[in-house]
Amino acid sequence: MSLSREEVLHIAQLARIGLTDADVQKFQEQLSHILDQFAALRRIDTTGVPPTTFALPLENVWREDIVQPSLPVEDVLANAPAREGDFIRVRRVLE
Amino acid sequence: MSQPATAYEVVIGLEVHAQVATASKMFCPCPATYAGAAPNTHVCPICLGMPGVLPVMNRDAVEKTLLFALALGCTIPHDSKFDRKNYPYPDLMKGYQISQYDMPFSVNGHLDVDLPDGTVKRVGVTRVHLEEDTAMLRHESGAGGERYSVVDVNRAGSPLMEIVSEPDMRSPEEARRYLEMLREILRYTGVSRANMEEGNFRCDANISLRRFGAPQYGTKVEIKNMNSFRSVQMALEYEVRRQSEMLDRGEQITQETRGWLEAERRTVSQRSKEQAHDYRYFPEPDLPPVRPAAAWIEQLRVTVPELPQTKRHRFVEQYGLSAYDANLLSTPRARAEFFEQTIAIAGAARAKQVSNWLLGDIARLQNAHGQEFEHITIAPAQVAELIDLVERRVLNSTTAKAVLERIYTSGGSPTAAASDLGLVSAPAAGLDALLATVIAANPRAVTDFRGGKANAVQALVGAVMRETRGTADAAQVRELLLEKLARD
Repeated sequence: MSLSREEVLHIAQLARIGLTDADVQKFQEQLSHILDQFAALRRIDTTGVPPTTFALPLENVWREDIVQPSLPVEDVLANAPAREGDFIRVRRVLE
Repeated sequence: MSQPATAYEVVIGLEVHAQVATASKMFCPCPATYAGAAPNTHVCPICLGMPGVLPVMNRDAVEKTLLFALALGCTIPHDSKFDRKNYPYPDLMKGYQISQYDMPFSVNGHLDVDLPDGTVKRVGVTRVHLEEDTAMLRHESGAGGERYSVVDVNRAGSPLMEIVSEPDMRSPEEARRYLEMLREILRYTGVSRANMEEGNFRCDANISLRRFGAPQYGTKVEIKNMNSFRSVQMALEYEVRRQSEMLDRGEQITQETRGWLEAERRTVSQRSKEQAHDYRYFPEPDLPPVRPAAAWIEQLRVTVPELPQTKRHRFVEQYGLSAYDANLLSTPRARAEFFEQTIAIAGAARAKQVSNWLLGDIARLQNAHGQEFEHITIAPAQVAELIDLVERRVLNSTTAKAVLERIYTSGGSPTAAASDLGLVSAPAAGLDALLATVIAANPRAVTDFRGGKANAVQALVGAVMRETRGTADAAQVRELLLEKLARD
């Protein structure tokens, strides 16, 4: 299983990561190896095995609808790249 | 509705997002309210998407979603789960939204939409699922013209229900009715405040056109940014015109997202993402699956209230109300319940009077006091007593209104209020003597009446009403006068 250059660039774009030509080549190989591992799994006969969506034997884990105190606004903004008043300021991104 | 005659069939599907009315957020204990809160004050490490935190489901949000799904006749699968929907945008703290992809809480429901022409249109509901809301962005321009955005995380993580319809609507008006009825049910079930202006009820529409009889749907366009029922209808009507004209000219419709510009009354293409949506959904590894017990579902099923539509039809059948009055009485739910509680005391034979009071003077007072019906300051027993006093002619329509106003603002029983206000009618015996006095004092009117002027009796009625300071029942006075004049 081999990933094309375009596929790697598409994945990088989705992750908003910039890649050099050397990176693209490296990831083409590395990601292809990962896919090969999954290809090995796909060879196992899973007839009659229900799909797994969660790895632990748990279900219906919840909390009651009770409010607890939030963080002080200074803590919320402590790691913000920039702020304006009590808002986080970011570069404008149009959808 | 003024829809131009067209060769095309309109196909509309709606996607509604409604905030579930909980106290805390979907996966963390921050307050779920955001309207009016100071920015970034309802935020914790979980909704901020800090590393190492663990979301835990709000049981009430799940229960309300299931209740609403049951109200729409949905099937509740035995097994459901949350998924991560991945996309990079500054309104997503984690780079993904926790949503539901292929195993939602409910599927295959429907809503029977009452249309203005009296027909009923069944609209399929594909699914109702739960997800978390995003943060709020505001786009700004700086002094130097640089453009940036500011983020308020308060809304991020609030429980948001998504209700997806089948492409079953065939006109903008049907779409609007569907939304109105959906909102009614959201409020009736107490699942959401469902207020479009407050932003806790939002709607996107998919619309396509095809020649009548065509086997396949046309290319669909998604419309966003509609923030009232009226704008939904207007935006869809605009799209019907735009797409019909393009098809008439033999042009292709482009599959795209368009935004409604309220001020300009038109839709514009929104710059689409460079790639088609590629959300790379995968099961949320931090949240175990939800497998609602059958007993829980059955218990919820019986708590689904009678829906407004059913109530309307029953009010017409059971109490002989007009469809118009039944429609008004059916919402809000508090008024429908007040109506029937009053009837439980006053008897079904007085349904029309109860309806008249509720839709007339009580509605007027409620508006004057700027109250929601839920907070109305009058009780069914008081209204039943008021109706009884009118029926026994202790009060007439004018004095009854005065009594209503008194009890509405000061409470107490209508009987006590009537007596406080000095509005209790003269007893019939006293009235008889008064009639004799009035007849004796107005020989001219009596002569005119006997001479064939039937209207002359009104002068005598007026005189009696003046003497009783308006407390007598004018119709009764007239009747008694006619009797007396015929006899004497």
